[in-house]
Amino acid sequence: MNGEFVAFIVLAIVAISGGIWMLNLTKVVHMVVSLVFTFLSIAGLYILLSAEFVAAVQVLIYSGAITIIMLFGIMLTKHQDHEKKGSTRKKIFLFASILAFAFSIYIGIYNLDIGQEGTDLHVNNTEQIGIALYTHYVIPFELTSVVLLVALVGAIILAKKEEKEEKQDT
Amino acid sequence: MTTPLSAYLTLALILFCIGLYGALTKRNTVIVLICIELMLNAANINFVAFSKYGLIPSIHGQVFSLFTITIAAAEAAVGLAILIAIYQNRKSVHIDDYQSMKH
Repeated sequence: MNGEFVAFIVLAIVAISGGIWMLNLTKVVHMVVSLVFTFLSIAGLYILLSAEFVAAVQVLIYSGAITIIMLFGIMLTKHQDHEKKGSTRKKIFLFASILAFAFSIYIGIYNLDIGQEGTDLHVNNTEQIGIALYTHYVIPFELTSVVLLVALVGAIILAKKEEKEEKQDT
Repeated sequence: MTTPLSAYLTLALILFCIGLYGALTKRNTVIVLICIELMLNAANINFVAFSKYGLIPSIHGQVFSLFTITIAAAEAAVGLAILIAIYQNRKSVHIDDYQSMKH
């Protein structure tokens, strides 16, 4: 029991309990806020796995940007704010099938231990990622920027109100 | 004793199952979208765990998880834009009301 294992246990408990709260709370805003705990503890797990840059990106993108954009989505769409109860039989069936799925995956991974531990990942982590991005992954990197541009333009066009058709109708 | 690889994989499995259950049972479309984000996050934990404890430890797993985060952000933005466009027509965010393509 060293410090790394204790930190892993604490972060894992926070991550899973954030997910459980998300499933059980009734107000929609509270669900999103409880998932922030999950995202932050996943960032802590990335630091344990010596991926500092990915941890910083996780905090910025997930617990910053995506949570805020989801809160915007909740605020912009007016609704009754509470979850409707679905049918209990369907929930029990889904829970049992997901439990079976989790168990069958767990059989495959519970004593999986391959190879050696990477030792030089934390040394100049950001520099290593930058070198890999700009040498080995240049073309996917540029294609990602195109994907982001297309997503930006598409999101604006989709969310914009179509005023021309309304004028033609009246 | 260092943390074994299977501990990270099991945690990612539990988070994936929570996200899957939420995405299939929740009725609010925003919550369904954010459950999909949780599932993508679980996959990212696997990428980073294998980049440290895998067969050939290298930086490429972390780079791939960065690509996944980028695509997930774009997907969240487009999904929310589609949700707002549907909301302007239907005045509802409950996913049971979106079934005009069902039959």
